[in-house]
Amino acid sequence: MEAFLHQLFAGIATGGIYASIALALVMIYQSTHHINFAQGELAMFSTYLAWTCVEAGLPWWAAFVLTVVASFVAGAVIERVVMRPVQHAPVLSVVIVFIALLVILNSLAGWIWTYTIKTFPSPFVMPRALENPWLSAHEAGSIGVTLAVLVALWAFFRFTRLGLAMRAAAQNPVSSRLAGIRVGQMLMLGWGLAAAIGAVAGMLIAPVVYLDPNMMAGVMLYAFAAALLGGIDNPVGAVLGGFIVGVVENLAGAYLVGTELKLTVALALIIGVLVFRPTGLLGRRTVVRV
Amino acid sequence: MNRFIRSTLVAVTALVATGAVAAGKYSPGASDTEIRVGQTMPYSGPASAYAAIGKAQAAYFQMINEQGGVNGRKITFLSLDDGYSPPKAVEQTRKLVEQDEVLLLFNSLGTANNTATQKYLNAKKVPQLFVATGASKFGDPKNFPWTMGWQPNYVAEARVFAQWVLKTRPDAKIAVISQNDDFGKDYLRGIKEVLGDKAAKMIVLETTYEVTDPTVDSQVVQAKSSGADVLMNIATPKFAAQIIRKAADIGWKPVQLMTDVSASVGAVLTPAGLDKAKDLISASYLKDPTDARFKDDPAMKAYYAFLKKYMPGADPKDSFNAYGYNSAANLIHVLKTCGDDLTRENVMKVASTMKDVELPLLMPGIKVNTSPTDYYPIAEVVLIRFDGQQWQPFGDVMSGR
Repeated sequence: MEAFLHQLFAGIATGGIYASIALALVMIYQSTHHINFAQGELAMFSTYLAWTCVEAGLPWWAAFVLTVVASFVAGAVIERVVMRPVQHAPVLSVVIVFIALLVILNSLAGWIWTYTIKTFPSPFVMPRALENPWLSAHEAGSIGVTLAVLVALWAFFRFTRLGLAMRAAAQNPVSSRLAGIRVGQMLMLGWGLAAAIGAVAGMLIAPVVYLDPNMMAGVMLYAFAAALLGGIDNPVGAVLGGFIVGVVENLAGAYLVGTELKLTVALALIIGVLVFRPTGLLGRRTVVRV
Repeated sequence: MNRFIRSTLVAVTALVATGAVAAGKYSPGASDTEIRVGQTMPYSGPASAYAAIGKAQAAYFQMINEQGGVNGRKITFLSLDDGYSPPKAVEQTRKLVEQDEVLLLFNSLGTANNTATQKYLNAKKVPQLFVATGASKFGDPKNFPWTMGWQPNYVAEARVFAQWVLKTRPDAKIAVISQNDDFGKDYLRGIKEVLGDKAAKMIVLETTYEVTDPTVDSQVVQAKSSGADVLMNIATPKFAAQIIRKAADIGWKPVQLMTDVSASVGAVLTPAGLDKAKDLISASYLKDPTDARFKDDPAMKAYYAFLKKYMPGADPKDSFNAYGYNSAANLIHVLKTCGDDLTRENVMKVASTMKDVELPLLMPGIKVNTSPTDYYPIAEVVLIRFDGQQWQPFGDVMSGR
């Protein structure tokens, strides 16, 4: 029983990791209708910025805020400079640009900060009363932050005019423009927000998996599975998907299929969702009138 | 007239050629004045930390050249970047053999990269000497007579670990966490070979991870629940650090043996937490340059002098520098012994008949030995224990042959 609880909580903790990156994927999809393959590398790069700030002597939370702001700006700039020129290009060209971004950021980080793993500190301290062998302070803290980001994001899209405008711009750019929405600005905003959320995710993940240029390679695969499972256009679904993938993967690895097939579980999930329920658990079905 | 010039040229060339033959026997890449040595190394890409090895070797050959070369011949060292990618390694290796005409390939790095070039080099009969990987498959003279390893291979190290466990804890319950590839499988093979019939009883858990796994927490939890009191940590640096940390975090304190692949204080133990890594056991065959006991060792002094003169700014604590220095010294030994017979056949003959060769930075008692049926030059290690600050060797030299 104790072993089972350990596995369950280890699953919830890694699920939180997947959820936070899945949120960034949902964000970019909501605002551009693209899946950004470089999302993980952007997050990794942001985390290195935070690491540099912390090494330079800044307090953790100051580094956190600074990095989130810097990532927001960087995301917006990338949209304006790199993505805007291929705005009307076929989807394959866009995918190639994403992959180019991925490779460039990965190599750049390796060049600047080397490939040796680095420790990234955690800001969370567990109150003595809550200490337990299952969930560490950092794991509990990062799940909390992920949920907070989720609520903020959900409220933003649901209740603000800006959120509504962004959704509209992604779904139907032409009509939105006619209705007076500045589509270009909305896209920049979407990229900025996605980069900022990615930065938060990166800073939560790095203390667990260590900071190195390849830290996101595995995480991204599971985050895709999570986002698809929950519904790529629904932040609540993405977070739910993250936890489900984390727990299922861990329990299946420990008790059913063995660790060798853990990754296969994630891929089976992706394919299963695409075949049987393409909108995911909480996604909304879009109907196109011909 | 034209014809006259041409025939004179032919005659002169023939004369020069016979002159060369008189002085020595050569394969492509060697002459009276030069020996060309090729290599591929990850100067870029995910494994570029290893590039320190190639740089140290280049510096070592420069030193040899300044001291007059090998039997009067200068070493031309062509070390090319393969980005740690096997297709690129093949391309660069072909270029080295066919365009640059090297005598041999020396210490090219990476299991996958050497696997990719092994068939080609053996078909071309070009020595693939002292490959920089511990995979046991590079010591197979029957099928690949032109390929030879160098450092202790993974199977040898696993055998030593298992011997030690058998001797000190005959009733141990062992959990093995290994990377799911050739590297991890080599280790499992070595452990099981030594344990023999007892393997089924002693190994209570065999679990693996994939390099794509974000964390190995689940595997460590599994290992703890198996009731094991000995943990074999067969992982590459990042995952090795995760295993050490997670085991400590869940309050598990088994006897932990870790592969020497990850035995770096800076890159693995510091990220894992030095206090959490205390009492960890690993293996080593090179003298630790930071160890106070070797302070007055003449070989260690020479090594520091070399770094100061030829690699200013290099970190003496970086074990890759010591690795490059030592492997280059071994190659120079082979080339010197070849004398004036610098054919590829003779290079392999000399390399496969090394007897008790001593290298500057090998641990006391460890020597290089090969035979035409044993292509594993170094097969002894010394066990080391981490005291919270640095590695401390303990016990005798153990052989994994």
